[in-house]
Amino acid sequence: MTNEVLGVRDAGPGAAIIDIKGEVTAASEDALMVAFGEANESRPQSILLNFTDLDYMNSSGIGLLVTLLVRTNRQKQRLFAFGLTDHYRQIFELTRLDEAVGIYDTEGDALSAAGAS
Amino acid sequence: MTTDKLPDTAPEETPLAETVVAEATLPEAVIAEAVVDEAATETSVRGAANWARLTDSLTVGEVPPEARNINVTGRRQTGPMQGFGKMWQKTYRVSMTGAEVTPQEVVAAWKAKFPSFWPDGNRFYGPLTGIAPGDVALLNLTMPGRLKLSTGVLVMYADEESFTFMTPEGHMFAAFITFSAFEGTDGVTTAQAQVLLRANDPLFEIGLACGGHRKEDTFWVYTLTALAAHFGVETEVETQVVCVDKRRQWRRAKNIRYNSAIRSGVYMMGTPFRSLRRPRTGR
Repeated sequence: MTNEVLGVRDAGPGAAIIDIKGEVTAASEDALMVAFGEANESRPQSILLNFTDLDYMNSSGIGLLVTLLVRTNRQKQRLFAFGLTDHYRQIFELTRLDEAVGIYDTEGDALSAAGAS
Repeated sequence: MTTDKLPDTAPEETPLAETVVAEATLPEAVIAEAVVDEAATETSVRGAANWARLTDSLTVGEVPPEARNINVTGRRQTGPMQGFGKMWQKTYRVSMTGAEVTPQEVVAAWKAKFPSFWPDGNRFYGPLTGIAPGDVALLNLTMPGRLKLSTGVLVMYADEESFTFMTPEGHMFAAFITFSAFEGTDGVTTAQAQVLLRANDPLFEIGLACGGHRKEDTFWVYTLTALAAHFGVETEVETQVVCVDKRRQWRRAKNIRYNSAIRSGVYMMGTPFRSLRRPRTGR
């Protein structure tokens, strides 16, 4: 990510949250994958992406999320997203990512769906 | 063409990565409609106007008479998640060494003259305005056995430095295809085509394994070579092919009901009968 800070935190039993701030573009690949690696240190069953502070995402960013999804599926994890604006919810629908990623309004909703609250 | 010359940008874990020389297939295309996202243009969300508008299904606008639209209208767009076969990430790059050209200039030319960079025998009919979010392109591809395969693409995203296609149901691939340009650390502009794809159904998966990958590579290498030549650059195209996911999504095998090759073949077989039924004119 070019101007972002990625945070990773445990979120109860079996879940980890990646806080995304700033931009998600092709330049974000290393940071996102490092964050994913950190999130996996506790072997959570669910990974939650927090988009509350997302400023901007382009199609390369969507491509990164697809590869992240492949990784979680490979490890038999589930991927969730919350904090998306209406615009980016529509982008998830357009790209049909919403069919594979659970999308929720709030962190609490996502954690409930992940069974981690 | 060289292989494995690019930095390892593959997002997957190394043990699962397969590097191969692939094969390409592509098309003879027709871009039809420009459905510009007016709603997004009005919004203040950064970059919103760069995305296609969300619709239930694809709509094709006016197309030339020779363009065949039998597998696009009414179909939904697909990405790699909706496909059947292994997931591949194919990256083709060419450096514009010696040409004083910015990434924005490269992408602007690519958008404006997209069909002209395609290999001979592949025709691309697009809107005069170039490529814009929401455009739907019709592709009429020449396949083995003189089959004319009809399919298309949706312009999912376009900005000054990149543009991305999604494919409709029934296309050979369920894919994101991103064309971009960027400036390297040496100040040289590089043009890139990156395809993230799964074969859409079992039949196309077999086709990829039996020569499709190689044709795919050949197509994009030609395209990037032609793009570089447009800026007076003669150089090799670097190719990287990575298997992102070895697993096939068997629940997607039913995608074959939309298989554009089968449907195009059936359509072609019916051509003589349609000619007989067509009312005669003149004299």
